[in-house]
Amino acid sequence: MSQNYMIINGEKVPYTDERNILEVVRKAGIDLPTFCYYSDLSIYGACRMCIVEDNRGGIITSCSTPPKNGMEIKTNTPKLHKHRKLILKLLLSSHCRECTTCSKSGDCRLQDLARRFGIQQIKFDKTQKAYKDEYTIDRSSPSITRDPNKCIQCGDCVRMCSENQNVGAIDFALRGYELMVCPAFDDPIAETDCVNCGQCAAVCPTAAIVVNNQVEEAWKAIYDKNKRVVVQIAPAVRVALGEEFDLPPGESVMPLIVAAMRKIGFDEIYDTSFSADLTVIEESNEFLEKLKSGAKLPLFTSCCPGWIKYVENRHPDLLPQISSCKSPMGMFSSVFKEYASKPENKMDDRETFVIAIMPCTAKKYEASREEFKTNGKVDGKYDTDLVLTTQELANMIWEAGVEFNELVPEASDMPFGMYSGAGVIFGVTGGVTEAVIRRLVPTKDHTTFNNITYSGVRGLEGVKVFEIPYGDRTLKLAVVSGLKNTEELIQKVKSGEEHYDFIEVMACPTGCIGGGGQPQSSRETKTLRAQGLYSTDKMTRIKHSDANPIIEPIYKDIIKDKAHELLHVHYNHK
Amino acid sequence: MQSQKETKNCTCTCSCNDDTDYYALDEILAEYKDMQGNLIIILQKAQEIYGYLSREVIRHISQVTGYTQAKIYGVATFYTQFRLAPIGKNLIMLCQGTACHVNGSKDIEEAICSELNIQDGETTEDGLFTLNNVACLGCCSLAPVMMISSSEGEETYGKLTKDSVKEILKKIKAEAEK
Repeated sequence: MSQNYMIINGEKVPYTDERNILEVVRKAGIDLPTFCYYSDLSIYGACRMCIVEDNRGGIITSCSTPPKNGMEIKTNTPKLHKHRKLILKLLLSSHCRECTTCSKSGDCRLQDLARRFGIQQIKFDKTQKAYKDEYTIDRSSPSITRDPNKCIQCGDCVRMCSENQNVGAIDFALRGYELMVCPAFDDPIAETDCVNCGQCAAVCPTAAIVVNNQVEEAWKAIYDKNKRVVVQIAPAVRVALGEEFDLPPGESVMPLIVAAMRKIGFDEIYDTSFSADLTVIEESNEFLEKLKSGAKLPLFTSCCPGWIKYVENRHPDLLPQISSCKSPMGMFSSVFKEYASKPENKMDDRETFVIAIMPCTAKKYEASREEFKTNGKVDGKYDTDLVLTTQELANMIWEAGVEFNELVPEASDMPFGMYSGAGVIFGVTGGVTEAVIRRLVPTKDHTTFNNITYSGVRGLEGVKVFEIPYGDRTLKLAVVSGLKNTEELIQKVKSGEEHYDFIEVMACPTGCIGGGGQPQSSRETKTLRAQGLYSTDKMTRIKHSDANPIIEPIYKDIIKDKAHELLHVHYNHK
Repeated sequence: MQSQKETKNCTCTCSCNDDTDYYALDEILAEYKDMQGNLIIILQKAQEIYGYLSREVIRHISQVTGYTQAKIYGVATFYTQFRLAPIGKNLIMLCQGTACHVNGSKDIEEAICSELNIQDGETTEDGLFTLNNVACLGCCSLAPVMMISSSEGEETYGKLTKDSVKEILKKIKAEAEK
């Protein structure tokens, strides 16, 4: 078959399986602007920014038109120029334009395109009552903040929430000029089925939905002389933070993060990958016990708070099949506070304040759940005092004026900074399962671990199903990311169509590397982040959780007989 | 700890405190559940049964059909035919079409508002009247015109004046008090 091609601005551009003209144009090196186009979501054609002109002078939206062989289009004509500018001006006319105090300033696609197109004057101004400032800001959620005044109605969040996450907590309401995106009855988002995954914020081009910013609370703790500020950094943060400082996506910048945080003034810097090792041990023990006792399987993983909330909302009957293990963040905090409560580990009278740096907005919600007051039975304090996202950490580094790229790499503190490769791959879909398999296989050598890599556990697909031999039987495992994929799998399990022994669920597509608290990213960036975590694993001498040398002393000296209390949780679902 | 929460005063949005009778609605839902593009017709029928679309009704429809509440709310707020709050026993549909407008429908609206002490879209405290401005009722020869719909049926009143409209409302009030 001969090669298909399009003629873009007079140049021949070959194409193969591109779904639409937009992708062909971008491949040709022209960055057509868009607000509502995401390759992972359905095509909506709302923003009209991606328009192109065909050879008869017709204007078409390139995102919703498939390429045709021999098709001639232009991307830059007087007509298109005029239309794009008009669209931008109309959007800006009803948009809150107080950019200097906007949390999205510098990272806002509307601001970016307004600058790119040199929009300096909006004729349709406030005096014509087009400017919206009447909506109250919804701060009900611990995870996200909704400001409808800044919404441009691209519908990205609506499609993300229903198509990818199967939650549908928000949708368009009203019509015409009144049109807005909101939950049913315009209720506060915290009172809906929202699972706090933050994927809406991850696609919002403006500040209409942003991560709940708690940076001020972190500064307050750091400046407080009576607080011992301890920080844990989740695996997925290290391969994404660098993007905020123009470093290549996927590059692990953990040593720079540690250096930056020391400069900022955090007292002790540890790694959540350490407690991921604890999770692997507890979860695989639980799995083996369930296998042995013939308890109802599959066992679902429990690290993801968005998934937990989803189960509580939609499938409360599955709660007994969710692993009782706390998330690595939860385990870290309760174990550390237990450790710090011992007189011999107290350096002074300061109160321990645990901050978790997470790629995730739902972790903010998890930290605020009543179940996680393990050590706080006396003082009523939560195990994790504060959760900051990757983006918020970048904000702190900027604010402190630390030249991130100039830093000399530093190592995290001991003992809770020690981790295995199995702990660090938790940040990508399939990581938890791979870590558990490493623990289950009888031989712990390089070849065995390498073979696991090819079992089907890796890759960024939404659903991965594979089998591994265990003793005299074969275990059937599934790894799923994105709640829509999860729902489809659950339906198959419930109907008896499929059976699995173990199912790993991450609410966000691609797992934590694509979390709602990460810098906004494309599919390619996420792929690089995954590679970053896998190469960190490759560079780690300790490959499986049991081999982490601090695990044994921690069980012996800190956890002792309190494993149930410190490492497990029962959700008090109504 | 949990049992304390399960008192009747609970303000949560779950269905445990819901005493709406869904018998008639369930029949409708069974009939239209699997039809494509069924949401509008379900909402219309539900509104016929309950007079308006309450939170409870929308939640119930959501549970049975699988449409999210946000989606149903979106459809219900898009079309003016749907009501999210209960209406009075008499629904006044005051025509604001071109002919009525030219013939002084705004004055008629003022007269209704001052007589009943409500604004467009609102319901009187005694629950007797709801006022809705509507587009053309289709009987321009009677302009200015209004239609009052109640359980008794629909009645059209034409060639309204400020005085005649007040008389009509007073008469309905008097009958209701009997």
